[in-house]
Amino acid sequence: MNRFIRSVGVLIVAIGLAGGLPLAAQDHGDHLDASSEHTAVQGSEESHEHEGHEHEGHEHEGHEHEGHEHEGHEHEGHEHEGHEHEGHEHEGHEHEGHEHEGHEHEEFVAGTFIIHHIADAHDIHLFGDVHIPLPVILFLEGHGLQLFMSSAFDGHGHGDKHLSREGIEYTLHAEDGVLEDGRVVSGQITASEAGAAIGLYDLSITKSVFGMLVILALMVWMFLGIAGSYRKNPGKAPKGIANAMEPLIMFIRDEIAKPSIGDKADRFMPFLLTVFFFIFFCNLLGLVPFLGAFNITGTIGVTVVLATLVFLLTNLNGNKHYWGHIFWPPGVPLPVKIILVPIEVFGILMKPAVLMIRLTANISAGHIIILAFTSLIFIFGDGGQAVGAGSGMGIFSTAFMIFMYFLELLVAFLQAFVFTLLAAIYFGDATHDPAHH
Amino acid sequence: MELLSILFEIGVGQGLAGLGAGAAAIGAGIGVGRIGGSALEAMARQPEATSDLRSNMIVAAALVEGVALFGIIICLLVALG
Repeated sequence: MNRFIRSVGVLIVAIGLAGGLPLAAQDHGDHLDASSEHTAVQGSEESHEHEGHEHEGHEHEGHEHEGHEHEGHEHEGHEHEGHEHEGHEHEGHEHEGHEHEGHEHEEFVAGTFIIHHIADAHDIHLFGDVHIPLPVILFLEGHGLQLFMSSAFDGHGHGDKHLSREGIEYTLHAEDGVLEDGRVVSGQITASEAGAAIGLYDLSITKSVFGMLVILALMVWMFLGIAGSYRKNPGKAPKGIANAMEPLIMFIRDEIAKPSIGDKADRFMPFLLTVFFFIFFCNLLGLVPFLGAFNITGTIGVTVVLATLVFLLTNLNGNKHYWGHIFWPPGVPLPVKIILVPIEVFGILMKPAVLMIRLTANISAGHIIILAFTSLIFIFGDGGQAVGAGSGMGIFSTAFMIFMYFLELLVAFLQAFVFTLLAAIYFGDATHDPAHH
Repeated sequence: MELLSILFEIGVGQGLAGLGAGAAAIGAGIGVGRIGGSALEAMARQPEATSDLRSNMIVAAALVEGVALFGIIICLLVALG
């Protein structure tokens, strides 16, 4: 038992590090080739935008003001109206629709609000205006590594945020951020020096990376302690946290690994335990209210790494029998083989890809539903014009949100279980040896 | 009348995305319903096999749900993107 648990720690570190990097670098790779198109004209416009945004930022707090911010954008400069319209088309048609009707009050755009809250961020938003800043680590082309805290960015609320530092202008874009050339930069950082854009890699400790580091520390501490307690009292009943975790560890071994993999189950136990507890704890962290609404396992960058590990383990452990079934399925007539082989080869990639999408989609969907109930309050409240309807909806929404939270607790466990179980089944397929039966 | 005008201004693409989400939900509903129904029937016939049936039921339901979520994700991409 403690042999498994000791190796868990090593694997968590590997997953944590591997998971953090692609997540942080995700969508930022294209910054490197962006520099030439950016002209000095755009640079001056950017600084013009700067003032406008900063002004807005102080005026507005709270999500329901987003619509007004959009209107604010349009007042600020006629020369890039086209650009602003692009942004609208991209994010919220509802907003445009209302604009045509000439509503005076602030519009609430549910889509942008929801995306803002499930997306990764450069700070942890607790409630109201309380943010925990996180370190921003940028690798700038020609300027090397730049390190500063995300609190250095000017401006509150949801607009673009700006920072001038050592002659370089940084912009932290809002969720509906679109550049002049049509590139979507939602939630990303761009940098420019004297009007010319600088390519960069964003290796920041973002909200999800921070969450993973917390989970990583928790798991290393917890499982090294558990392994230690088994070593200290061999053969005795476990106590404390080891006692709490033993049913789950036994469950993974006896209900998931042994039935799916068979004799070779012990070989895969460290990975299965690590993956199960990592996903389970990440899911649970995302469900703690007023704690930044982490969406770690709902981020595709994290699940890609988990699925890649499953893919590698399955195929590196694949025996003759496994590959035989893929490239020359036995007992099937030749015409069928011609159809079946491409499907099987596609299936090698498809199986982990489905694992990845299922986990991401399930966790994100849970967050989206809870946020949608929140949005309903503001939609019914009509920007403060229909307080009665808003309050009534508030009671209804709160009841449903509490229900959804409990459902999500079940889903948090179920998705960790399903991911582990399917990974175990794939490992079982790869290592199954019919000669032994 | 206002509701109608909002409906028209949402755009055909987003309307179809909504229909797609509905269709995905119908498919998943039929699939998960049949899995749950058959599993319950099997458990009632052979209560001693309950634990085996339960884990197989969850795997099958997860597979169906995975396909449904593909649909939901595509609908979301259309509606929000």
